[in-house]
Amino acid sequence: MLDIESLITRYGTITAVRDVGLTVQAGEVVCLIGPNGAGKTTLLATIAGLLKPSAGRVTLDNKDVTGWAPDRMLRAGLALVPEHRRIFSDFTVRENLLVGGVTQPASRRQELLDEMVTLFPVLKERLSAQAGYLSGGEAQQLAIGRALMSDPAVLLMDEPSLGLAPVLVEQVFDLITRLRVSGRTLFVVEQNAQRMLAVADRAYVMRSGEIVADGPAAQLSAREDLFETYLGQSGGST
Amino acid sequence: MIELIQQIIDGLGRGGIYALLALGIAVIFGVMHLINFAHGELITVSAYTSYWLFASGFNWWFIAPAIIVVAVLTAVIIEFVAFRWVRGAPDFTMLMTSFGVHFLVQALFVMYVSANFRQFPRPGWIFDTWRIGDLSLEVFDLAVIAATLVTLLGTYWLLQRTMFGVSLRAAAEDFDTARLMGIRSNRVIRGAFILSGVLAGVAAIFWLMRSGQAGPTAGLNPMLKGVLAALIGGLGSLSGAVLGGITLGLVEVLLISRLPGGTAGLTDGIVFLLIALLFVFRPQGLITVRRVERV
Repeated sequence: MLDIESLITRYGTITAVRDVGLTVQAGEVVCLIGPNGAGKTTLLATIAGLLKPSAGRVTLDNKDVTGWAPDRMLRAGLALVPEHRRIFSDFTVRENLLVGGVTQPASRRQELLDEMVTLFPVLKERLSAQAGYLSGGEAQQLAIGRALMSDPAVLLMDEPSLGLAPVLVEQVFDLITRLRVSGRTLFVVEQNAQRMLAVADRAYVMRSGEIVADGPAAQLSAREDLFETYLGQSGGST
Repeated sequence: MIELIQQIIDGLGRGGIYALLALGIAVIFGVMHLINFAHGELITVSAYTSYWLFASGFNWWFIAPAIIVVAVLTAVIIEFVAFRWVRGAPDFTMLMTSFGVHFLVQALFVMYVSANFRQFPRPGWIFDTWRIGDLSLEVFDLAVIAATLVTLLGTYWLLQRTMFGVSLRAAAEDFDTARLMGIRSNRVIRGAFILSGVLAGVAAIFWLMRSGQAGPTAGLNPMLKGVLAALIGGLGSLSGAVLGGITLGLVEVLLISRLPGGTAGLTDGIVFLLIALLFVFRPQGLITVRRVERV
């Protein structure tokens, strides 16, 4: 479904993503883990069209979408939940969701809105509230709901648990599990490696801009050497 | 008391025009981070259009809507010819581009028309007054206030109740995230310029009715007032732009009426000092805008 081949992204003379290749199949939850500064967010931004790759190819459903602008990428079926959520804080919750569905016909937009408030009951209660006053967990649900309003084929998520209290982190991983059960295709960048591996099908490990390991999440989770060498953490499976 | 009420109405009339100009500038700033110093050229082109249409025998009933159309077309052309090519460049580059457009349009009128101002007739009713009790109300002020209210309500409806408005506000709050939501940058920026053109067009109608002249620098003063009002309100805040325009209009009228005879010429200087004083205490302007840095 989503194929990345030999992708390179540079900031001036600095190469942030080096010759990265990965695939995400339909219905899979694939995660990308790695330490700070590994290039994970840059990779996601490049896939989503916010950054232009210096080389390589991005294909979605066998269609070459390399270098497409973010709005075009979204129409092709790829949505991104950005790091730090970046909800429109001056908007109401309802308006945030509507913006997410801007590419949908008006009738379908309303259907999707109904689906989102069913999927995220907390948002239903706060539809008229200003989004800037939501808690971190509520805001994360809104950010995910907003991205799902475009009814994407693949949902990219960048650090969904970043900055959340432990109890809210659990809510986010529960949500990822629910999305997985509902058959969504997810590609998730996450620093909380152990927790993410527990809910993913497959994983890639990134360090210094390169993919240094990949495989089924359960196998990687059991590799203590991986955590110590590449992630700077001790302990594998939890 | 009566005198004060009358001055407030005068100030609202003047401030209404400033509010429309400032709102157009704020809309563009919101989506492009650009203080558009070429905004005044919409007034300049509208002024020459009015002059030529009068010379061709048309009256204000035809010229007024024509001004709006011309202002919108000018805004769209400026966006397409000048700003589209530097979009994504540093803010400073776009600022220089807007200065370039400002001086280029002026130079073109000087070279191909004249450096001198051309006069055209003002509608007689703008000098009429209505007496209500002891109040003497200028019809012009009432017309400006009414037109400003209708335009602002229309703009509010557009921004709050339509998907275009929601898209525009989203782009103004966080442009990159708006693009991630599928909002097309070309469309939203073109829409912002069209809206700023409509607002400038309505402002131009009243500005030109009062000035009755066209010249290469006809747009300079309205542009400066619009930028000032937008700064007072808090650059990028749409409600702030309206508040800034009304505040500027009121302060100007109150100063003019209170300064000793022969010193009314100091008004603009004092206004600038007051604005500097405001920024000492509120550098962000009257309304604080939360802004997300672009990726």
